[in-house]
Amino acid sequence: MDAIKLDRRDFVRDLLVDRGNLLVVPGLGSATYDVAAAGDHPLNFYLWGAMGGTAMIGLGLALAQPNRRVAVITGDGDMLMGLGSLATIGVKQPNNLAIVILDNARYGETGMQPSHTDRGIDLVAVALACRFKHAHIVSSSDDAAHVRTLLHRGAGPLLINARITAEDTPRVLPLRDGHAIKERFRAALNSI
Amino acid sequence: MHSPTPIETSWPDAIYAQFRRVGIRQVGYVPDAGHSRLISHCQDDPEIADVVLTTEEEGVGLVAGAALGGQRAALLMQSSGVGNCVNMFSLLRNCGFGCVVLVTMRGEFGEFNPWQVPMGSITEDVLRLCGFLTYRVESADAVDETVGAGCDMAFDGNLQVAILLSQRLIGRKVWTK
Repeated sequence: MDAIKLDRRDFVRDLLVDRGNLLVVPGLGSATYDVAAAGDHPLNFYLWGAMGGTAMIGLGLALAQPNRRVAVITGDGDMLMGLGSLATIGVKQPNNLAIVILDNARYGETGMQPSHTDRGIDLVAVALACRFKHAHIVSSSDDAAHVRTLLHRGAGPLLINARITAEDTPRVLPLRDGHAIKERFRAALNSI
Repeated sequence: MHSPTPIETSWPDAIYAQFRRVGIRQVGYVPDAGHSRLISHCQDDPEIADVVLTTEEEGVGLVAGAALGGQRAALLMQSSGVGNCVNMFSLLRNCGFGCVVLVTMRGEFGEFNPWQVPMGSITEDVLRLCGFLTYRVESADAVDETVGAGCDMAFDGNLQVAILLSQRLIGRKVWTK
């Protein structure tokens, strides 16, 4: 396998350039820090817990807002904990929902222990088996522009598995008060 | 001429009517005998997105996402499913997402399966510990009022409300070989 060179911060920043009214749900831990590092935004629903639930929050939001695009950006550990939600999303077929897995094959928050994806478990194959319209792996920053286009216009449900380097990045800590994050998101959504 | 369905079996219709009254637009569930009539009503309603889950825990995320997007949502589950949700319930309490959970009870009155008893006997306590207001319904004629009051508290106050539909109401599960 080629050495992985994709930097998570650069990749997420590239995905969220000129994001418009994209609704973003980042999973707990590093994904929340990455999305915050790309620039705080009221249409980010930062998670600090609820591990395994990120994709389902995306589904509820996508069903409630069928005319807007929803991007779930989360880690491989969070996605593995909610693997059944890929089947649930596959049944419902929301065409406005995209999931980006920032896959370092590690549990970063707890000391970089290897995850199931490090042992060959293939989230792209799971997504396709769950009737996702589209799923593929990216491993280069050159792919970011295309993935960004998919987030805004691709037929969902779709899943991108981004193979990122397993380096520890500085924490960028956004809002942590759940009520405040929710109310800010709701107010911003009501104003667009 | 058809005679009206007796209230002993039509109580799910009262729950569905309350869902319509308060404008519930998403309903998450794991298939369940006790909820089957209500699930069927929700599936038939084009205004309600029915979301069949692989585990009840997924429904907690669904409710949060729906509320973020401006829609009201309800969850239907058995008492065993409450145990599957415990950590995820933090999401509702931590962010103040209004939610109604309708729980069909197992492991109580006349339960034939002892494996249902450990979770069934602690379901209400678990819900309370997770921050839910809980209301038990023992008879069909109390369903409408209790569900209506629970929905109003949940959605007017962004509270988490669970309504426990007792095994006596639902009827004992008949075990057949």
